[in-house]
Amino acid sequence: MNSVAIVKEVIISNGIVLINNQEFFSDDSVEEDSFLKLLYKKLELKYSKFYKMDVLSKLGFLSVELLLNGERIKTESGETAIVFANRSSSLYTDIEYQKSIDEIPSPSVFVYTLPNIVIGEICIRHKFYGENMFFVQEKYDKKFLINYVSTLFRTTETKNAIVGWLEVDVDGNYNAEIMLCKKI
Amino acid sequence: MIVVGSHNIISSLGFGSDANLKNVISGVTGIKQHLNHSLSDSPVQASIIDDSEINSACEKLNGLDGFSKLEKLVILSVNEIIKDIDVSSPQTGLLLSTTKGNIEYLSKNSSDEGARLDFMAQKIARYFGFVSTPHVISNACISGVAAFVVAKRLIDAGFYESIVIVGADVLSKFIVSGFQSFQSLSTEPCKPFDINRNGLSLGEAVASVVLHKVISAKPGDVEIVSGAIQNDANHISGPSRTGEGLYRAIKNTLLNQNKPDFICAHGTATLYNDDMESQAIERAGLSEVPVFGLKGNYGHTLGAAGVLETIISVQLLRKNLILGTKGLDKLGVVASIKVGKENRSTPLTGVLKLMSGFGGCNAAVYLKKYE
Amino acid sequence: MSELKEALKEQIIQQLNLEDFEPGDIKDNDLLFGNEGLALDSIDALEIIVLLEKEYGIKISDPKQGKEIMTSIQTLADFIESNK
Repeated sequence: MNSVAIVKEVIISNGIVLINNQEFFSDDSVEEDSFLKLLYKKLELKYSKFYKMDVLSKLGFLSVELLLNGERIKTESGETAIVFANRSSSLYTDIEYQKSIDEIPSPSVFVYTLPNIVIGEICIRHKFYGENMFFVQEKYDKKFLINYVSTLFRTTETKNAIVGWLEVDVDGNYNAEIMLCKKI
Repeated sequence: MIVVGSHNIISSLGFGSDANLKNVISGVTGIKQHLNHSLSDSPVQASIIDDSEINSACEKLNGLDGFSKLEKLVILSVNEIIKDIDVSSPQTGLLLSTTKGNIEYLSKNSSDEGARLDFMAQKIARYFGFVSTPHVISNACISGVAAFVVAKRLIDAGFYESIVIVGADVLSKFIVSGFQSFQSLSTEPCKPFDINRNGLSLGEAVASVVLHKVISAKPGDVEIVSGAIQNDANHISGPSRTGEGLYRAIKNTLLNQNKPDFICAHGTATLYNDDMESQAIERAGLSEVPVFGLKGNYGHTLGAAGVLETIISVQLLRKNLILGTKGLDKLGVVASIKVGKENRSTPLTGVLKLMSGFGGCNAAVYLKKYE
Repeated sequence: MSELKEALKEQIIQQLNLEDFEPGDIKDNDLLFGNEGLALDSIDALEIIVLLEKEYGIKISDPKQGKEIMTSIQTLADFIESNK
């Protein structure tokens, strides 16, 4: 446990973005998916693949952009691990895909019917080759995730870890609560 | 150290690990053409567990009404392996490795609750009386091997004394149509590493295993020595052309270890996967190590695959037998690797198991037998 | 023909979620899968196959055939014209 230092936290939930518990941005006038697009524009990012992502990947992508902004993290390396958990897996996108089956099944929706795809998107964006894990659990077990990260710090080349809860429920309500952890 | 305890496999090749081993040694495949409209409007090559066999196996157990086909299979399998462990101890963990769980519920217009993976894991845990909170590992096709790696780390760190891993997936229109939309299904039973391979075959299976912490190993014990899970950082569906993530997973797994005596590959028989795997194996300096794959026997059993194929590898280690690869006629991959058609007896100590999947993820685990 | 090409540009932007682009950004002979411009990938190619079936009733079952057809908006339009 004591090998893990939490250095930064980002929360995105119900139209509000908090960085280290300080409000960074909020807008309650728009629906879920649109809020994430609004946030993307506010961050002045140029990454057109963003629009192709499902809600879980958009949520994870933006949370990690905010988390790593201003941090010096080595890319093209295996030093950074990503460990996420949520309750609903990819169920919101699963339901969307299930609807497409009766017409013509959509490959670009199907690919997002796995919760770990968001980890892949983040690894591509930041060129992280490191450890990956996605757990599905009933509620956010922060202690369990930090325990798991401590095993990575002790036994692998991992020096940084992006860790936390990344949930999109069946109605599309989203909640990201992620941390940047460093090995000490 | 952590060793492999009791294990069980249920698949189209039989109920129980021994029945499965016997069939793969004899080169039997469970893949055949199915025309089943609940899976697809066109014929598919797949390895499917017979419903009547499941029902007759269930007669031995009580209280299985209200459980799905997948949950019944999981219960049948786990029931075979937990006789020697104390599920009521908080030191006994449960890891469920699955990609889509009860996704079939979404097509039945019932509530979404039944399709939840956490819900399924709790149902299984409650059935057997596990006290610890179950965890679901859902990392696409690598889930099963990833579960071994996670279990090893959690036991090593002292969070558990033993962990039950169960890998499980059954087929549904959801899964079949998705792979069809990717044009990745083979029109004949899949041909891993073959020059004429043209895609994968799907399969269903449930495989379970207990991992224990022990102070010292006995002859015949197989230890989980090391493992790694790494990303290609390249593409969410296509594997890296250079095998970057898998190469890194192998390198990190074999750090300070001897070369394995054989490799149980992912070998899905898609053009790109098998080429990528050959690249990663060659880059890791393992071109001379015998490689085999089991997808020609079972098809791709998704969340079960890593558990099932690792259990078979453990049995082969004990039997000192390397398998030929079912479906292979003429080897045809971009890099130099050794994949054979015939079974071969030879003294074996270490096996490397590989998996790769959507999201650019790759996993490797190294197991070693004690004499 | 030019109507077909304009329609295709709109449909591709819609089907592939290319919200950063307007139909006017895509020239008829631009490479769809190059490193610049739309820079489409293998999933986009599969999604264009879905689009061809949904909007034009044309089925492509050989992925290799798809590659040549999808070089540019022009080649896609030519293919649709000759398969109507």
